[in-house]
Amino acid sequence: MSRTVMLWLVWISLTVPAALFVLAAIVYGGNRSFLLIGKTSNGHHQIELACDACHISVFGGPEVLQDACVRCHGAELKAANDSHPLSKFTDPRNADRTAILDARHCVTCHQEHRPAITRAMGVTLPDDYCFHCHADIGEDRPSHEGLKFTTCASAGCHNFHDNRALYGDFLLKHADEPDQRETPRVVLVEFLKSRKDTIKVPRTLVATDADAPAVHRGDIDVVTAWAGDAHARTGINCSGCHTAKAEPARWIAAPGLETCKTCHADEARTFVEGKHGMRLRDGLMASHDGPLGLFRAAKLAPMTPGEARLPMKMDQTRTSLGCNTCHSAHHYDLATAKVERCAGCHDDTHTKAYFASPHYELFKKEVAGLAPKGSGVSCATCHMPPSETRRPDGSKSVFATHNQNDNLRPNEKMVRSVCGNCHGLQFTLDALADRALIASNFTGLSGVHIESIDWAQRRARERGEHRQ
Amino acid sequence: MKRQTVRVAAAALLASGVTAATAVHAQWFGSKESKGIPLQQVADMLHAVMESDRTVYTQRVVNRLQNEEKVIQADEHFMDKKALPLPAQMFRFGAEKVAEKTKSFSYSLLSLWPVNKQNAPRTAVEKDGLKFVADNKGKNYYGEETLGGKKYYTAVYADVAVSPACVSCHNAHAETPRTDFKLDDVMGGVVIRLPMN
Ligand code: HEC
Repeated sequence: MSRTVMLWLVWISLTVPAALFVLAAIVYGGNRSFLLIGKTSNGHHQIELACDACHISVFGGPEVLQDACVRCHGAELKAANDSHPLSKFTDPRNADRTAILDARHCVTCHQEHRPAITRAMGVTLPDDYCFHCHADIGEDRPSHEGLKFTTCASAGCHNFHDNRALYGDFLLKHADEPDQRETPRVVLVEFLKSRKDTIKVPRTLVATDADAPAVHRGDIDVVTAWAGDAHARTGINCSGCHTAKAEPARWIAAPGLETCKTCHADEARTFVEGKHGMRLRDGLMASHDGPLGLFRAAKLAPMTPGEARLPMKMDQTRTSLGCNTCHSAHHYDLATAKVERCAGCHDDTHTKAYFASPHYELFKKEVAGLAPKGSGVSCATCHMPPSETRRPDGSKSVFATHNQNDNLRPNEKMVRSVCGNCHGLQFTLDALADRALIASNFTGLSGVHIESIDWAQRRARERGEHRQ
Repeated sequence: MKRQTVRVAAAALLASGVTAATAVHAQWFGSKESKGIPLQQVADMLHAVMESDRTVYTQRVVNRLQNEEKVIQADEHFMDKKALPLPAQMFRFGAEKVAEKTKSFSYSLLSLWPVNKQNAPRTAVEKDGLKFVADNKGKNYYGEETLGGKKYYTAVYADVAVSPACVSCHNAHAETPRTDFKLDDVMGGVVIRLPMN
């Protein structure tokens, strides 16, 4: 054999398996982190190994990615009354604008795997993006003349997508509110009160009613805990959660999300939309069935604090996040789930400062029975607030969203769902714009004044005069 | 002789091929016809539907319930205020739905005196068209323009104050640049675009 032929053989026998290995990693999965072409953004890092969550097809450009973006984020953008929907940019009359900034595709502004240029909100575009279309804003709004293009999206002014708490009429409507409402609006409590008569509560169960087969009944503490808890109070027996609806009935030792969601559908749906449960969202696969049984289809493993990018407590690094992580089995104490459980893992400044904040004082009062239900402010009050949903029959329902990310980033999303329940708009916008105040968990007053309400009022006055 | 025949036949074949191709091209691409129906007629037909729906919504829903019965308001922020969508919003929502379904036409409601500055004309044809329909009552404007490298047949139709609701709302709106609209005035225009290639 000549030297050349031998070298060729060596080259082929090294290259072909390597190529197959890479190809298999792309298509089927396995240990594929070497494929990541750059650090994934904070928004997506948890699901970065489910490549086909975003790269739906191996072929295709921005359109394919766009489908993936819309699949996960489309509904929330619709709900947010997106100020810059796709239809604005597909209209030919805006073709010259799209040529400068192709806002028809999410990835124009939000590129993934580009850590060097990724900034807040996953934006990878330079800060002057508003300017491309709104350079002449000063002509129509003298107040905006000479403003720096970096200030458009300052807290309390404008967002690209969600302006539900920032539009002119909203600012005017809430202009003269006091810093503190006299009585807080407790949306969930009020909703439940309004439905009290229509909810049929089955007979409360007691310890002797427990219907688990003797082999599964476990120790007496479990039964006692269950009997003293919400599920027994509302007539849910052991078998309610521990048996699968299969023939013959199968005992489930540790029911999880799949079981909980049969009753708590809204909570489960939103849980997998947020940072705690996003890995468990349907269709996110770490690997797919492959040839010769070399690959098996597998979902992503649940998130653990150890993999988080926020500071977490060291002793919790391996805890898997599911329903029972915060709601301990058989003892679904909401007060615990609303504060203690969060602080059990989260170890950042904002969390630590909470325990010295006025919000925590209110929460302690509520738990002690010294203040009305819902008047306390827990972690969950702000990060898993009551959310409205419509039943298929059109009726309104309220539930605690379990997507803790729903009203974060930009944080003005909190104005409507949270802060406005207790505080005036000016007070709220100022507070949300003060990074130091957020770090201290709102202990003290804001050092920032947001002028958007002043401007809206001035404009309304001027316009009123103009019409006369 | 034989060679001559072949040449003539080849030339004839080539000529008829070119003619057919030109005809097909003219028929399908770049002509003023859309699969047989002239583009102007297509635009006119689309506009007839749009204008009728728009008039019906304004007269039978908004004007009746807001101005006459005074049971519900029409408001830009209809979700927050639990009100009726504005006629212009109904129109735009329709246009947005169409944009999701097809690229074969697009349309918008614009004005030289817009409440919403995004509804001011942007292209030369829009500017000329809106001015033309405002100055020549009862006439439409038809033009061609190239946008983003694509050629469009663009038709502009007057949008007329068909109901007192149009006038009262616009004249009183905080952001209106004009406060002297009267019934039957041209308040703006509907722009319909059909791609020509
Ligand atoms: C209740 C108030 C109201 C009524 C009734 C109303 N409009 Fe409007 N109209 C508006 C507002 C507000 C806008 C801007 C909406 C937008 O683009 O978001 C608008 C937009 C328009 C536009 C696009 C240019 C612009 O001003 O932004 C035209 C043209 C128009 N309306 C004409 C009419 C006509 C004609 C009628 C009656 C058939 C009518 N409007 C009825 C409030 C109203």
